[in-house]
Parts: sequence; structure tokens; C-alpha cells
Amino acid sequence: MTEPVPASPAPIEALRDKGPDKPPRSKWKDVWSQFRKHKGAMVGAFFLLFITLGVLLGPYLWTLDPQALDIRAKDMRPIYTALWNSTAKVSWAHPLGSDQLGRDNLSQLIAGGRASMAVGWAAMILSLVIGAGIGVLAGYFKKLDGPLMRLTDLFLSLPILPLLLVAVTLFRQPLRASFGPEGGMFILIVTVVGITSWMPTARIVRGDVLALKEREFVLAARSIGTKPFQIIKRHLLPNVLSPIMVSATLGLATAIITESALSFLGVGFPSDFPTWGKMLADAVARMEDFPERVILPGIAISLTVLGVNYLGDGLRDALDPRIRGR
Amino acid sequence: MLTYAIRRLVLSIPTLLFISFVIFMLLQLAPGDPMAQVPLTVPPEVKQKMREALGVGEPALVQYWKWLVQVFWIEPKVFIDWLTRDSWLLGWLPDTHLYNGQLRVISWQTRSPVMDIVLQRIPQTLWVVGLSYVVGVLIALPIGIYSAYRQYSVFDQAGTFITMVGFSIPPFFTGPLLIVIFSVYLGWFPSIYDTTHVVHDWASFKVQLMQMIMPVMVLAFQTTAQLSRYMRASMLDNLNQDYVRTARAKGLSEAVVVMVHVLRNSMIPVITVIALGVPAIFGGAIITENVFKVNGIGQLLITALFANDLPMVMTLTFIFAVLIVVFNLIADILYGLLDPRIRYD
Repeated sequence: MTEPVPASPAPIEALRDKGPDKPPRSKWKDVWSQFRKHKGAMVGAFFLLFITLGVLLGPYLWTLDPQALDIRAKDMRPIYTALWNSTAKVSWAHPLGSDQLGRDNLSQLIAGGRASMAVGWAAMILSLVIGAGIGVLAGYFKKLDGPLMRLTDLFLSLPILPLLLVAVTLFRQPLRASFGPEGGMFILIVTVVGITSWMPTARIVRGDVLALKEREFVLAARSIGTKPFQIIKRHLLPNVLSPIMVSATLGLATAIITESALSFLGVGFPSDFPTWGKMLADAVARMEDFPERVILPGIAISLTVLGVNYLGDGLRDALDPRIRGR
Repeated sequence: MLTYAIRRLVLSIPTLLFISFVIFMLLQLAPGDPMAQVPLTVPPEVKQKMREALGVGEPALVQYWKWLVQVFWIEPKVFIDWLTRDSWLLGWLPDTHLYNGQLRVISWQTRSPVMDIVLQRIPQTLWVVGLSYVVGVLIALPIGIYSAYRQYSVFDQAGTFITMVGFSIPPFFTGPLLIVIFSVYLGWFPSIYDTTHVVHDWASFKVQLMQMIMPVMVLAFQTTAQLSRYMRASMLDNLNQDYVRTARAKGLSEAVVVMVHVLRNSMIPVITVIALGVPAIFGGAIITENVFKVNGIGQLLITALFANDLPMVMTLTFIFAVLIVVFNLIADILYGLLDPRIRYD
């Protein structure tokens, strides 16, 4: 006689499922909690948000026209100059002073920031679209890999800044004629910066796609007859989102700097259209008397780029699963 | 390794030809006419002859072919002649009279050969930009090594912050800022680089040093920021490796472990990065040369662009492209030579 076997044996204590002791967390929640630990990235993100809101909402809060000439109030110093120099020409009407034509520096800074940020974002998005597109195509389709990567190598061995200068000086006139001085220049700079800065993104994305393509879930998707385009859209792109986001931040930083550099060298926007680089370049000639006109736009450029770079640093840490959770 | 190097070298020829073709065709679109300054009283047939003398007025492909011949066949001849005639290096050789008056690449601004002007400008660029690169490397390496060795220390945090700042502040801001502080307020250094200055004694050497400090520092700041990040990351990769523990366990002193074992291995990627940055010495200093009025190659390119001097722009851009391709190749080969684990075949 053997003992009757119980219908359902009592589970061994050690093997029993404990059940998750905390609710499962999504990937993006993890990313966010890791991102929040990076102080520099948080400060950078808030600063970028602040600058973006400032240039978007600034014209409604500080309603002076950046291009209005007020020759009687020219060469005003910023209001803080009064702290050490009581004879300085200051006024609350122009808190950051005015330039040699009496245009208000604060509203010029806001308008210039609008232009710089718009160029930066647009060029960054363009270079991301090109870079991610070429990277995915080269990684996924074997036939395209060779030619596209040779193309990338070719672009990488082009001298970028000289070519930028050449392209801008060559195509300035025709584009200005068809889109107006500001619109033409905007299109030109965005295009030129976009098509000369997509190469790193393409390389990173291609490498990731090459690795992902061999994974089982792509094989499964292909085995049920998913079209290549659908696989790319549904399975590959979401997985290469993190390197794309990191290179997006770097792209934004380089685009802002490149636009300012072009303006500084005098091939950027027309002179009555303020951008940060243009303001800086115009002020260099008289920086002994009015250093603030160099320093204010310079600080604006530098802090924005610094913020974006820190944001990218934090994003890289947060999106890297090997670092996350440590 | 040798076959790899040869293959890459051969492959770089079509690349360079293609790049030069693209640049040439891009420049063909340029508006502007080198004859625009010639008075209207000059008869059109004379103008046509002047145009032909400058190499314009023929189909674009013919012009491109002539440019290729001038750059790859005639200019080397001139260079070899110069080497055997005037240079101290090969001047003892008998004179080679290879060049006999063919048309060289002529600048539209000065109507003199482009290469002569480039050779005049190279010393200034090499002195300022090359020296700044050396200074940048010399500052960056110790910073990178020490901040990796003491990771998360105060020095590391400060170093990381400063490199981030150096990454973010563009040279067209640091340049004017330094000029405002050191030339205007303190009056220590001159704000303009005087290229005609000749060093002949101690006092004039001091003047030369004074005028070089600011442009060199602006450029070195950028180099330092990029390189010390690489150095730090590369040292961090190596410091946790097993062979480091073995070296310590053998009883080697800490200095030997870090400065010999770890450093030698961490230098491999850093050296390739340094090699990749060399072309930027020639091309990337356009802004700094502009700020400090150094009349080097970058400044030459800018003035040529504004003056619509297409042969000069074409040749300079092509020189930059050659440098980039060559140093990419050098970096790859160095990487293979230094690291026996890398096999290209």
C-alpha cells in the first residue's frame, strides 16, 4: 500500500513563484529614472527648454521690434553697467542696451535665438532623416550596403567647412531671388548643414541594423510574410531609436555652431536679420567699447550648445542598457 | 598589412578624382566672371584671349582635364625643380630642368601661380595651428590619464566639465573674448598676429611668442577638450582589464603599471584620433585665423571665396581633401601596426 499521491503536490518552497514584488516597469520609465540621476543632463534639458520657450514666447512678452531703429537711443549700455559706472548711458527701456543703430539688444537676442534655434532644429531633423534612412537601407539591404557606405566614406573625406562656405556663396543669389533674402538663406543653410552632417548617424544606425537584422524576432516577422518596409518600420526603427536620439542632440549642437560660424564669417543671413552669430560678428569691430554686444550672444550660443551637449551625455547614459540600473 | 596599405592607397585615387570632379562641377555653377574688372574699352576679341589665357571659355570637361594635368603633372615638376635648386635638403643634387614654362594653375586675383601663394602661406598656418595642436595634445594626454586614474574625483569632475565647455564654446566666441580680456583690458598681448615680424634676437622672439599665445590657446582649448575625453575613455577601458591586475600582482610599482602597461595600450585608439585631427590643422582654423588676422591658408581660402577666385578655391579645397584622405589612411594603418590584434586581411 502506498500513500495516495495528493492531486496537486505542495510546491517546494524554494521553487515557488514569488510573483513580482514590484510592478513591472516600462523601458522608458527606466530611462527616465536613469536620466534624472544625471544632474548635468537635467540642467541642460531645463536650460534648452527655457531657451526654446524664451525664443518662442519672448516676442509676446518683450514687444519691442528687433529691427526698429531708434537713433536717439543708440549705443545704450546694459542696465547692470550702472552698478560700477554711474555716468553710463542706461535706461530701463533697453535693459540689455542697444546697438549702434538704436535697435534693442534684448529683442534682437530673442529674434536671433529664434533664427538660430529654427536653423538648428531644421538642419538636425534633415540630417537625421538622411542619416537614419541611409543607415537603415545600407544595413538592411545587402546590395545597397557597399555603394551607400562608399558614399558615406566619400562624404566623410570631404573638407566640410570649406565646402559649406563654397556652397553658401555659390547658391546664395539664386535662392534669394526665388525665396526672398531670409527664406532663401534659411533653406540654403539648413540644406547645406543637413547634407554635410548625416554621416555619423548613418554609420551608427547601419551598425545597429546589421546586428538587429540577424535576431530572431526579425526572422519571425519575415517568416510570416512581413514586407521589408514593414519590418523596417515596425521592428528595426523602434530599436535604433536610442542611437538616433543621441546623435540628434549632437546634431543640434553642431548645427547651431555651424550656422553661427557661417554668420560670423559673413556668409550667413542678411545683415538686418539678427541671428546670434551675426550679432557677435557685427559687434566684434567695436568690442573694446561695447564688450557686452559680443559677450551676450556668445554666452547665449555657448550655454545653449553646452546644455544640448549635457543633454546628449545624459541621454547616452540613460539609453544604454549596460549602464542603466547600475 | 602591406597589401592592405597598397589596396587602400590605390582605392584612394578614384576617391580623390571623384571628389575633385564634384568640387570642380560645383564651382562651375558659380556666378561671376574673372573679366568683370577689365575696362569696357578693351575689345571683345582681346577679352576672349585673356579669358583663354586664364583657362576659361572652354567646355567644363576640358577645363577639368587641364586642371588635372596642371596639378598632377606640371606642379610636381615645378616642385622637383625647386627641391633640387633652392631647398637645403636636396639642393646638392644637380639641377633638374623639368619645368619649361607650361601654364600652371593661375590665381584670378593675383595672376600668379596658386601653389606659390599656398607655399607662402603655409609657414604661418603651420606655426600657429600646428603648434596649437602640439600644445593641445601635450595638455590633453596628462589630463585624460589622471582623470581616468582618479575617476569621479574632484579633478575628474572639473576636467570633464571643462572639456564639455571646450566642446561647446565656439572659437569665434573664445577668440574675441580673449582679445577683450587680454588685449583690451589687461593689454598683455597684441590682438592682431603680425606675419611680417622677423625673429632675429631675444626681444623679437618674445614679441613673436606674445602674439602667438592667444590664437594658439584658442585652438589648443578645442583640441584639448576632444582629446582628453578620448584619452580618459580609453584609459578607463584598460584600467579594469585582467592584465592590469596581473601586473599589480607581480608587484610592479603603480607608476609602471599605469604609465607603461595601461598607457601603451590606451594610446592605440588615441593615436589614430590624433592622426585623424591633423587635416583639421590646415582646414579647420579658418575661423581662428580670421579672428586673429593670421594670414594662413584658411584666411587665403576665405579671401579667395569672396573674390570669386575659383582656381584658388578649387586647389585649396582639393588640398584639404587630399590631406583628409591621406591621414585617414595613415590612421588606419597605424591602428593596424600598433595593435597586433587588428588584422585587415
